[in-house]
Amino acid sequence: MTTPATPSGIDPRGPRFGALVTAVVLAVTVLTGSVWLLAAQTAVFAVGAFAGIGASPYGWLFRALVRPRLAPPAELEDPRPPTFSQLVGLVVTGAGLVLALLGVGGAVVVAAAVAFVAAFLNAAFGLCLGCELYLLLARLRAPRAAAQ
Amino acid sequence: MSSPTLRLAALLAALVLACAVGLWVQRRNGRSRAVVAGDVLAAADLGAPLGERATFLQFSSEVCAPCRATRRVLDALVPGLDGVAHVEVDAAERLDLARRLSVVRTPTVLVLDPAGRVVTRTSGAMTPAQARAAVAPLLADALGASR
Repeated sequence: MTTPATPSGIDPRGPRFGALVTAVVLAVTVLTGSVWLLAAQTAVFAVGAFAGIGASPYGWLFRALVRPRLAPPAELEDPRPPTFSQLVGLVVTGAGLVLALLGVGGAVVVAAAVAFVAAFLNAAFGLCLGCELYLLLARLRAPRAAAQ
Repeated sequence: MSSPTLRLAALLAALVLACAVGLWVQRRNGRSRAVVAGDVLAAADLGAPLGERATFLQFSSEVCAPCRATRRVLDALVPGLDGVAHVEVDAAERLDLARRLSVVRTPTVLVLDPAGRVVTRTSGAMTPAQARAAVAPLLADALGASR
């Protein structure tokens, strides 16, 4: 069952691995409250969101270290959903970073904890929280759109 | 939140919340719920003809990987079921329909009866067995009526 409609599919295990690394980084961020670690993860999200999930450093790590040890994927996945979730991660950690730089106490821990929930759900359950929010956001953005 | 104990508590709280949400969504995914007094849709609303016996109306979005899985399941199942149609709409393009039917999540699959009335609703990826179960009552009715 190949779907030729998707121009360049990606190995679905790549984003899942990326979510696992993200969850670990964010867990350590929550535990240490390190603004630098949050800044590093925000930068990773920015690369994934704007250059595409395949360009994310975690994607590179997956291709270099993990994929050579795995069997070829059963099917390829559209890169757009995981790329969108990187953007959602960027918004959350970016907001935390800005608030922390403005001196808001607890901003690092709260933002890292919220982003951790999303990354953990993706890594452990394969649930993409950002993708789930997409339709709600689309509905909110166009309050009374005409048909079609 | 400078105390290490407080930060550990924050992480544990996030972990418990994530597990609770994950298990709840996993349990809900693919399970059909009966719709009482559902909305009635016409072919013009869907932009495609209704099935003679049942119609799967699938709401998908561009950023949704489980939507593709559900499409594959229905594409494989529906041609084998006489009088059943599968209509897929992009929820972001048909916000009017999504609002009217209170669709907040993709994939959401509604099963319509021959008159276009929404009879069951499923959110999350469906297995072939779950998809079959969702239309089974309509197919049984049709068989019963013809005999």
